[in-house]
Amino acid sequence: MSEEFKIEIVNPEKSFLSKEDVTEVVVPAFEGEMGILKDHISIISFLKPGIIKIFSKSGEEHYYVEDGIVEFKNNNLSVLTSSIFNIKDFDKDKISELLTQAEEYSKNSEITDQNKYLVDQKIDVLKTLN
Amino acid sequence: MATLDDLKKRIASVKSTQKITKAMKMVAAAKLRRAQENAEKGRPYSEKMNNIILNLSSGISDKENAPKLLSGTGEEKVHLCIVLTSDRGLCGGFNTNIIKKAKAYFKKISNEGKTLKIITVGSKGYDQLKRVYKDSIVERISFKDSKTVNYLDAEKVGKMIIENFEKKEFDVCTIFYNKFKNVITQIPQEQQIIPLKTHEVEGNSSDDNYEFEPDEDEILSNLLPKNISTQIFKAMLENSASEQGSRMSAMDSATRNAGEMVDKLTIEYNRSRQAAITKELIEIISGAESL
Repeated sequence: MSEEFKIEIVNPEKSFLSKEDVTEVVVPAFEGEMGILKDHISIISFLKPGIIKIFSKSGEEHYYVEDGIVEFKNNNLSVLTSSIFNIKDFDKDKISELLTQAEEYSKNSEITDQNKYLVDQKIDVLKTLN
Repeated sequence: MATLDDLKKRIASVKSTQKITKAMKMVAAAKLRRAQENAEKGRPYSEKMNNIILNLSSGISDKENAPKLLSGTGEEKVHLCIVLTSDRGLCGGFNTNIIKKAKAYFKKISNEGKTLKIITVGSKGYDQLKRVYKDSIVERISFKDSKTVNYLDAEKVGKMIIENFEKKEFDVCTIFYNKFKNVITQIPQEQQIIPLKTHEVEGNSSDDNYEFEPDEDEILSNLLPKNISTQIFKAMLENSASEQGSRMSAMDSATRNAGEMVDKLTIEYNRSRQAAITKELIEIISGAESL
């Protein structure tokens, strides 16, 4: 029995990635990392800043996302996000740029608790990448 | 009748105008292809977003406590209209069509005694509306600096709308833009985005039971503001494709008209040249005869 399902990552500008032979995907859902295998129950959740890991026959791929929504239905995983980067294309400069931005934002005193939580997450993830 | 010299000058000037319109048509055609591609690439995102929202909102049992972006404020006193137009002219009826549609809506609103607020995106819309609706325009935005339509711009507009909504500045929000059908047809659209009309959202609702993490309300309240930006982005993409399409066909007919004009002027030029020659000949012959 095949253990593969389909993933599609779209951002507002284009369809970012589409794969048919995915065996497992780990997404940074809002309440913690979530692994998705074939025949997972239909689920909708949103993402916090983190790494999407995609396991397929052709290997493992990692993507950094800042926000987004995941929907899994009938063995179709859709990820809608407005900010996604392939880790491979991520250079040090870009990371430190995002990091400085995030750190500045977190110092803002008017920040809401939820945003604070998200931005702290972002800083953590970026630091591990750096 | 114009002298030969005048005709010659006119022909030259029409020809140079024709060159310009022809070049603009070429540029528009190239831009159109890119804009059309972008519009098509952007579609899956907004479609998926719509589907998810549809699935979510159909699952909400407690309509009273639904997020205000979905259910509305319960009143319909202040209408906010976002009019999306282009920043450049010379694109045929593109801007006029949007404005016409918007003005009809504005009239309806003011006849019903409701308050009107306008945000114009793109400078041409502001130019056309400022004469009559200057007092209603609360904000004018222009993305002249960005070469292509990008999501960040749309997000800026979206965030501004949400902020105003949370301050209870308006009850209903409608956007006006041109939907791209094909190169010669663009259809002006009016689309209400707040409160969201779920029955207008296309797509098939399913009875699937979703698992939500965290709960439905939280996802929905996170998703709806995003949807506003997405809808605006979609409108901007459609608009930019329409603008180029409209410009292309406008410039195409301008080029053709210039060609016709050149033909007409050339015939006139040749006729008067011949008439002048005939006149001279008659003069010479009658001069010779009298000798």
